[in-house]
Amino acid sequence: MDIIRTIISGILIATGCFLIVVAAIGVVRFPDFYTRMHPAGKGDTLGQGLVLTGLMVYEGFDLISVKLLIIIIFIFIANPTATHALAKAAYVAGVKPWVKDKGEGK
Amino acid sequence: MFNIAATVIVLAAALVIYRAIKGPRIYDRVLAVNVIGTKTVVLLALIGYIYERPHFLDIALVYAIINFIATIAFLKYRQTGGLD
Amino acid sequence: MSFILTAVIMFLFWILLSGEFGFILIASAIISCLFVSYLSHDLLIGKANVRLGLIRIFRFIKYLPWLMWQIVLSNIDLVKRTLHPKMPISPTIFSFKNELRTEMGMVALANSITLTPGTITVDVNEDEFIIHAVALELAEGLMEGEMQRRIKAIEGEEDV
Repeated sequence: MDIIRTIISGILIATGCFLIVVAAIGVVRFPDFYTRMHPAGKGDTLGQGLVLTGLMVYEGFDLISVKLLIIIIFIFIANPTATHALAKAAYVAGVKPWVKDKGEGK
Repeated sequence: MFNIAATVIVLAAALVIYRAIKGPRIYDRVLAVNVIGTKTVVLLALIGYIYERPHFLDIALVYAIINFIATIAFLKYRQTGGLD
Repeated sequence: MSFILTAVIMFLFWILLSGEFGFILIASAIISCLFVSYLSHDLLIGKANVRLGLIRIFRFIKYLPWLMWQIVLSNIDLVKRTLHPKMPISPTIFSFKNELRTEMGMVALANSITLTPGTITVDVNEDEFIIHAVALELAEGLMEGEMQRRIKAIEGEEDV
């Protein structure tokens, strides 16, 4: 029983780490600011959620896993909001989006 | 298991530091710092498990809140020139 | 009413975070919860209708599984686009009409859009949402407006 739980949490943590690394690669690799928001807003959020869920499964049900759940819920609300605030600040400041085949600016 | 995961996350954060240094705009840097901060939350939770000290989870929770507020406060300062 | 509810919520949160039940801890918890909710009870709940709020929270929980599935889809899409050697992206900015009435609904829709495939919310105002999409075909998927219908169903027919 314990073995099964450890395997499940290992799979969850490995998937989460993979998503976090993909998000990091995306932040480095995408061509402009708005496209970089996509990996930062999505990959990171689900990656963290999966790693912390893996820790929750490893822990079983007690006060610590409830604490982990609070962190997960907070991140799922706060991370998209921070992304949105950044995008809006850049949009108001007049950062032009990158468009394919035309280089920067429309 | 936790050691490997923590190492992978540190390497990912190191990748993002490239974006924080290179820029080119201030918003790219803020984005990179925000991403590193959210990775740090996971790292703190994992460290709590590696050393078997669950009190690190409280630090992770507080760090998540501080990271969010810092990003919002910086953007507000940038937009309005003040924090009023 | 909002004073008592704020104090109870804060006290439950205190117990979740501390997990200890010594006399001094519980006493200081009660005192500090009452003091803080006396200072700030109109911030958390304010004049909102508590019964209607509970109904909306229940409806929102029914919406969660669909949202989770969309998040998984969006991450598969993101991984494909990030690791593809040629990067198949064609970013656009577009807007669609805002038909929601409550602030809560707008926040929920904006966060859901950010978490679902290939789109992030750039700006929200009374009339429209401004969306950045990483590829044109994903923008068309959002324009069909299934997500907005679901959020409207959470808001329900009741007055604000």
